[in-house]
Amino acid sequence: MAKKKFVVGCFDDEAVLFPAVKKVRTAGYKIHDVYTPFAVHGLDHAMGLRETSLHTAGFIYGITGTTTALSCISWIFTKDWPLNIGGKPHFALPAWIPIMFELTVLFAAVGMVLTFCYLCQLAPFVKKHHFHPRATDDLFVMVIECTDKTNVDDLRSFLANNGAVETDFQIAEDGWWLGRYDRDEMPFEHKQIVAA
Amino acid sequence: MHLKYESQLREPLVYGDKTYKQVTEDIVRPIEAKPTRLWYVGFYIAAALLMFGVYSVYREVTYGIGQWNLNKTVGWGWDITNFVWWVGIGHAGTLISAILLLFRQGWRTGVNRAAEAMTIFAVMCAGQFPIFHMGRVWMAFFVLPYPNSRGPLWVNFNSPLLWDVFAISTYFTVSLLFWYSGLIPDFATVRDRAFTKLRKHLYGIASFGWTGSTKHWQRHESLSLVLAGLSTPLVLSVHTIVSFDFATSVIPGWHTTIFPPYFVAGAIFSGFAMVQTLMVIVRKVFGMQDYITMGHIEAMNKVIVLTGSIVGIAYLTELFMGWYSQNKYEGYTFWYSRAYLFSPYGWSYWGMMACNVLSPQIFWFRKMRRNLFVTFFMSIIVNIGMWFERFVIIVTSLYRDYLPSSWSVYYSPTIWEMGFYAGTFGLFFTCFFLFAKYFPVIAIAEIKYVLKTTGEGYKNKMGVIEEQKLEEFVHEYAHH
Repeated sequence: MAKKKFVVGCFDDEAVLFPAVKKVRTAGYKIHDVYTPFAVHGLDHAMGLRETSLHTAGFIYGITGTTTALSCISWIFTKDWPLNIGGKPHFALPAWIPIMFELTVLFAAVGMVLTFCYLCQLAPFVKKHHFHPRATDDLFVMVIECTDKTNVDDLRSFLANNGAVETDFQIAEDGWWLGRYDRDEMPFEHKQIVAA
Repeated sequence: MHLKYESQLREPLVYGDKTYKQVTEDIVRPIEAKPTRLWYVGFYIAAALLMFGVYSVYREVTYGIGQWNLNKTVGWGWDITNFVWWVGIGHAGTLISAILLLFRQGWRTGVNRAAEAMTIFAVMCAGQFPIFHMGRVWMAFFVLPYPNSRGPLWVNFNSPLLWDVFAISTYFTVSLLFWYSGLIPDFATVRDRAFTKLRKHLYGIASFGWTGSTKHWQRHESLSLVLAGLSTPLVLSVHTIVSFDFATSVIPGWHTTIFPPYFVAGAIFSGFAMVQTLMVIVRKVFGMQDYITMGHIEAMNKVIVLTGSIVGIAYLTELFMGWYSQNKYEGYTFWYSRAYLFSPYGWSYWGMMACNVLSPQIFWFRKMRRNLFVTFFMSIIVNIGMWFERFVIIVTSLYRDYLPSSWSVYYSPTIWEMGFYAGTFGLFFTCFFLFAKYFPVIAIAEIKYVLKTTGEGYKNKMGVIEEQKLEEFVHEYAHH
């Protein structure tokens, strides 16, 4: 957990945002993130983010489900308790397809959602710093991380020239903590750690 | 900049020249306003029905299945009819949110949130029936395969009834996850504009600390797409498996290979009808006419007439096979127990035919598809018809079995059987009223996403492009 310095530029139109992202990147600034009220297609590419591998994880969870169903049922019906059902084969693969399918879907869906929450650090009672309250409403909020060399005023005017309707300078925590949205305190901030 | 061109011929999905801000305001308004008197009246009626249902179930649990009028041949009656009916209704939500997403049907964005909510509540209602039909409901966990001290004695994995346990619980879980993952960004929208402390706190918990980061959105999109891809075969599998409950038996009238597609079509049919019932009310009560437009209503009515006709063909095919197979048991079930108007349950068959096959044909006319009164009335008729369908399938196949001496008993439900059904209506509408008050009933982020391509204001600008000469158009938009 560390506090960092950020310059924030707010845009009200994604058509203005795209060229601005391009210019900010060519100017050599490091974009911390862009917060948008909805999924803006192509923004991830414009920012140079790599593709997510979440779907690959989903595939792995899916085949885990298939294998779990097949191995459990076949062990139960052929080894553990070979129940005679009307003299039919113990290894009755066609009859197991529905459950194998359902477990594939179940494992893939549950696994992917949990992985999604883990990767994005989402959970109940998790709180993060929000650079602008309207980022979930109608503003596209570009956040640039400052280094020692960054001239904040220059950067703010650079953003404003490129269409930002509002600019700001903030010192903020970039991780998450447990907290309530109706209160402002950060639980760990005031703690004095005294070495014994 | 890439070219975004949408023909003006296709009607806008969002009416009014709206900004992103207005979209948020419009959709969040019911959450931030005090509930209306109408909401309270509806909610209390639903809660009262739920209480009656709870008492009916209490009678059944305390005194046993004898509280219902099930008898020696009709072992499945209203309970399983209601189960199949609710599960069927529960199909529209996932169909709208998943299959229409894969087919890139833009109009789904207006109705998917409420339809998914409806799905979840309908599946909750459906689940009650098989669980309480077990009689000793406290033993319900016996259906799960877990290592137990009885051997271990396992469940029968070859039985369609167990497939159903897996199918329905998976369907419920996946629908819930799909619905909730879509809700997270919208809860964040509500949280960030909340002006009361309690609302900020509660929506803060519900939104999981969502910020709207681009990377998170990228993952969110990937998640939605894969969940849609998974839900598409899932939704088809669920009603297929429900139909296996019947189709794998040897009862005339059930032992039919066309059951899976026929059940799935029927499920979509009744599900869309229930979505219509709710949407016509929601758009009126919350003033959402700009988002749930006549175009949405019309599109759903088209699905209703299509699936209703598929169901109609299935009925006729069954009748034909009843004769063509020359199997006298099949023939008796289809041509006497069902299609003969003056047989004991003939009225239910013809009620089904009138509601499901004949009356939806009215939707071949555009004027009727775009008439709210007709839509609302037909949505109720279709659901009555689909209830009759399940009743016909179950009861007319069972009440005359191979032993004529047990034919004398005419099955009709007791008050507690009906009370249980009424109670699930109470559960469904109690949940739906709470949803409509506390959740964004329309997917805010998704509407914003389609706003710039399909909103009315955007569409009007297309006229200028359409009048441009080709050379100018190319000059303006071509990449160099």
